[in-house]
Amino acid sequence: MKRLIALAALMVCALMVSTASAKDWSKVRIGVEGAYPPFSYVTPAGELAGFDIDIAKALGEAMGAEVTLVAQDWDGIIPALLAKKYDAIVASMSITEERKQKVAFTNKYYQTPAKFVCKKGTIAEFSRDAIKGKKVGVQRATIHDRYLTDNYGNDVEIKRYGTQDEAYLDLTAGRVDLLLADSVALSDGFLKKPEGADYQFIGPDLSDPKWFGDGAGIAIRKEDTDLVEKFNMAIDKIRSDGTYKTIQDKYFDFNVYGE
Amino acid sequence: MDFTLIFENIGIYFTGLQNTVVLVSISLVLGLLLAVPLAVLLNYGNNSIRLPIRAYIYFFRGTPLLVQMFLVYYGFGQFDLIKDSLLWPFFKEAYFCALFAFTLNTGAYTAEILRGAIKATNHGEIEAAMAAGMSKLLMIRRIILPSAFRRALPAYSNEIIFMLHGSALASVITIVDITGAARIINSRYYSPYEAFVTAAVFYMTLTFIIVFLVKKLEVRWFAHLQPQSNNPAIEAPP
Repeated sequence: MKRLIALAALMVCALMVSTASAKDWSKVRIGVEGAYPPFSYVTPAGELAGFDIDIAKALGEAMGAEVTLVAQDWDGIIPALLAKKYDAIVASMSITEERKQKVAFTNKYYQTPAKFVCKKGTIAEFSRDAIKGKKVGVQRATIHDRYLTDNYGNDVEIKRYGTQDEAYLDLTAGRVDLLLADSVALSDGFLKKPEGADYQFIGPDLSDPKWFGDGAGIAIRKEDTDLVEKFNMAIDKIRSDGTYKTIQDKYFDFNVYGE
Repeated sequence: MDFTLIFENIGIYFTGLQNTVVLVSISLVLGLLLAVPLAVLLNYGNNSIRLPIRAYIYFFRGTPLLVQMFLVYYGFGQFDLIKDSLLWPFFKEAYFCALFAFTLNTGAYTAEILRGAIKATNHGEIEAAMAAGMSKLLMIRRIILPSAFRRALPAYSNEIIFMLHGSALASVITIVDITGAARIINSRYYSPYEAFVTAAVFYMTLTFIIVFLVKKLEVRWFAHLQPQSNNPAIEAPP
């Protein structure tokens, strides 16, 4: 019996040691969203696909790490990173000051502006007065949510959704009059599809860094500074060796990286 | 931990509280109004009435509330037949969809609770009512239902609390209830602990009030079963 207890104690010690030292990043778990086409979505076959997914895999390869993808709903995506459900987030997350207080970011891996979308013919010209009193849909916990709340919170009725897909459903059902989201997500995930045929962009490109940050980066726990470095080097590598462009051309016909 | 951000944003929780209380109260009242006739019909109706009621109860007890709400909210919006109908202005509103799903859900559970309570009515009470020459309707109204309500009260208080907690699902269809408020605060400040603990306190307070009121009602309804120590009519003989 005593030997058994001693053995068990030894095993517990061994386990603790192995978790403490397993930070050579030969295996990296990456949190992704899976409901944000064309950046991240689930194919009819049930597999994760999209720009973010391909970038995540390419970065893993460039780092020489084995990547495991973990799908996670957006509004829990930072808490789950902090709770160590995965080690990095590759989910079109904009680099903003608020988020920097909780997590560390790599350099950006793409940057696109935000835009409003409405049904064709419902709003002639975009202005604060033109959208006053309208219902505007937005994905909860996004930079777009924050921008809308801070700038139009008193003028419009804000409807917050867990995923962008739910917001599209309610726009086509007529439950909201406008959506605010990333322009590329809106154009490729909605406007170019049959259900988006009656809808159009309205208003200016929005990219004020105060709300929209410095592009989309990879979020990593603050203590893992070595992983941030590894990802930054991996981003530079896929940018220079043409992998980035190959992935970009698969999804877009323009430069998604920005300036 | 930083609860100042909760105090700064407490207004949004009170909006949420109001939405939760209104949603749950209305659906409980409507659900109960629906459940009473259904429970009576389940006991005294013929088969052609009982079968559709059973099917309704089976559907709502057999599927999760979340699925029912998605069906009503996103599912109905898919059909042009409904979108072009006079009902659409109602189903367009998230609030109405939640109310609709909640009412039918609690109605099904309550009907089942009441059905059992009616079935358990003491034979003696029914025989006495018949001997007194009561018609069936009068007997149901004066004897069976009051006695069934008493028996159903403890189980029904559970249903009230389940409904309160189930209403948290309203937050997934854009309604700002208590949980919705917590999700907004969480998403803005990335402080899940503070945001959801505050929501928990709100729910616990509401549950406390419900338990207190049910207890009051229980004392009142079961007065005839209490020991009558303070009753001056029954005094120990000198």
